[in-house]
Parts: sequence; C-alpha cells; structure tokens
Amino acid sequence: QLPVAMAAKRSTDEMRDRVVLGEFGVRNVHTTDFPGNYPGYEDAWDQRRFEEVFRVDVIREEECALEFDMVGIDAAIANAFRRILLAEVPTMAVEKVFVYNNTSIVQDEILAHRLGLIPIRADPRLFEYRNQGDEEGTEIDTLQFQLKIKCSRNPQAAKESSDPNELYFNHKVYSKHMTWVPLGNQTDLFPDADFRPVHDDILIALLRPGQEIDVLMHCVKGIGKDHAKFSPVATASYRLLPDITLLQPVEDEAAEKLQKCFSPGVIEIQNIKGKKVARVANARLDTFSREVFRHEGLKNLVRLARVRNHYIFSVESTGILPPDVLVSEAIKILMGKCQRFLNELDSVPME
Amino acid sequence: VQADGTDGNCVTFVLHDEDHTLGNSLRYMVMKNPDVEFCGYCITHPSESKINFRIQTRGAIPAVEPFRKGLNDLMGVCQHVLNTFEVSLFLKSSR
Repeated sequence: QLPVAMAAKRSTDEMRDRVVLGEFGVRNVHTTDFPGNYPGYEDAWDQRRFEEVFRVDVIREEECALEFDMVGIDAAIANAFRRILLAEVPTMAVEKVFVYNNTSIVQDEILAHRLGLIPIRADPRLFEYRNQGDEEGTEIDTLQFQLKIKCSRNPQAAKESSDPNELYFNHKVYSKHMTWVPLGNQTDLFPDADFRPVHDDILIALLRPGQEIDVLMHCVKGIGKDHAKFSPVATASYRLLPDITLLQPVEDEAAEKLQKCFSPGVIEIQNIKGKKVARVANARLDTFSREVFRHEGLKNLVRLARVRNHYIFSVESTGILPPDVLVSEAIKILMGKCQRFLNELDSVPME
Repeated sequence: VQADGTDGNCVTFVLHDEDHTLGNSLRYMVMKNPDVEFCGYCITHPSESKINFRIQTRGAIPAVEPFRKGLNDLMGVCQHVLNTFEVSLFLKSSR
C-alpha cells in the first residue's frame, strides 16, 4: 500500500478507536463507527464479530470491591451498566420508623433519616416490592427491626471521673443495638437468616442518663432512583484505558523529566548503549494529569490518548451484596428492561 | 409505548419510566443497523421520566422493525456480557 494511503488509514483508525487528549481539549470523543460513516469498514451490528472481540478480565476481587476490564463494548452500554449499578439495583433499607419514645437530643426526623441510611444485610432478591398504598406491610415485603435502649448512670464510677464511658451505661447507640423482630411466618421462611445491619459500629445517637430511644423500623425493598439510601454500591465508576505513545525517541535529561511527568511506574528508563532511553512501561497506571503539556520541550514528544472500547470498571459494594453479584444483577436488569419493551411491542397492535 | 408519525417509516416512540440508561444504549444498537437513516432520543423534561425515541428508516421498512431488532440485539449483548463475566469470575476464583 502507498505510504500516503497507509497514513490516511492510520489516522482514520485513530479517529475510530482512540480518544485523543490534546493540550486544550479532547478530540474524537463521540463514537462514529456507525454503518455508512466510513467507506470500506464493516460497521453494521454483527453479534458474532462482537463476541469475537469482547472479553472481560477480572483484575482484583475482594470482599467489598471489584476491579474488572470490559474490552470491546461501547460507551453507551458501559454507561448503562454503571447507571444501573448506582440507581436501579434494589436493596432493603429502613423506610418507616415508628417512634414510641424518643427523649434523646436527636430529633425524631433526624434519627429516622440516620436509620434509613444504615445498610441492612438482607438479600433483596428474597423479598418483594411493597404494593403502593399498603401501609401495614406483609411478611414478604417488610423486615421489622427494633431499637430499644436506655441510658443510665453507673453507680460504681469514681467520684471525680469525667470519662463518659465510665460514668454512664449505654450512652452510645450503635447499629448493633438494632434487633430483628420476625413478622408473621418469617421465622419459617428464613430459618437460618440473621438480618442485621452490615456494620455493627455505626454510631446512631448519643444519650445521657434518663434519655431513651424506643423505635420500631420497617425495612422495604427499593431502588436508588427513589432514594440514595437504596443504592447498593459505595460507588461504581469506570475509566478508559490510557494509551501513551512516544512520537520520537526521548533520551537522557528529557527522559528523566518525562518520567517525572507521569504517575510512577508508567515510564521506565532503559540503558541502551550507555544512553538513557525512555519507554512506556505500563500506561494503565497513569491518571492523565497532563503534566507533559506544561513543559515546552516535552509537549510534542508524546501523544496522550485513551482506547475507546476498553473500560476499567471499579465497583465498591456497601456490603449488602458482594460486588460480582451486583454486576450480574445490573446486567439482568438491563435485559429485563429490553424484555419489557419487547413484550409491549408484541402485545399492543401497531397501526 | 406510544407512536405517531405520518407514515410507517418515521416513528417517534414515547417510552415511559425510562431515561438515558436505556435510551442511549438502545440508540447505539439501532444506529448500528444499516437500514436506519436517523435515530435519536431526548428527554422531554427532566422532571418527567419519559423519553422520545425517534427512528427514521431508509427504504420502505416500517420503523418498528429496527426498534425490535435493536431491543433484541441489546438483549443478546447483555446475555453475552453476563456469560463472559461469570466465566471470567469463575476462572479467576479457580486460579
């Protein structure tokens, strides 16, 4: 092929699959690979070609955090997964708080707000959504918790001590004081279940002698779109894989300066024939602070770009469900949405 | 779902209880269809949760066709993503 043609192909390839970070702006942001835009490229949707290119690599899996790569998918779908993880995967959280006695400093509504935000270890797939207008709650859609605590003075405390831990009993109300009260036949439905808040040491309120809190709480199933307390992830985010190319060989002092411009580990300096030469070691670690563009001599030596279809997802769960279950649920929810519209299309006759 | 348009080739679907989550991903799948001349979606008002999803086809193809194909393709993508994800989780945990 002619060099001119090859250069042109290279630049369209770059336009198609790299998002380039320039000094003052970002170029090639939107996906343009739709059928008809590029002559000579097969862009129509082909499930087989997608399945050949697509892959998922799980990088790090911990109890509450998951980092995985999705390669070969488009921004629209990756973003849909992220949005569903944040707002549409259901969880159980305290919704109604029946206050029988609250003589503490914390107001009723503030206390109720705090109780709602506590993550509850209960698998939401075992429960149903509450019907609208149903005030009582049945055993298949509600979990009942009780928080009953009273603060009293410690008679054995030393006369001059001012440490509240010594002077008072029960002056700190933690989430471990919340106890599950089974409704109806829940003891039969969930014989081994132990419903409690995910963390035992969440401080709810502070009390002094004579103050008491006696509340009953109803937990229901909800989604993050309704109230952020129902969101199952601490956060779910993605970034695109960075792609750093050195346009010219960089040596000696410039190489040292270049290494300092990027995050540690990205650029490594090799000793070739006595000269120090810079090489891109691991572009994935970079956070793209664009420090290179502040140095006149280094500006034109590198091209900063991102690979358009390689997403590095990072999902941190609040502890209710493990993060891999959350991602699977999110994908199933997107499928459910499509199925809903397919069913409607089939049932409603189109004129 | 509610559609209106002059002939069957240019249709605006109104999808209730939806937002960018389904709107953008469905738009991408429908745009990948070579029969589609125009595809776009917009949120009518941010306080109402409904989107206007418009498809215009070239040729004499009714616009419902690419809509249905787009939904099916999106389902296929999700199914494949789910399978690949679970396989790679399994491989990671067994290593």
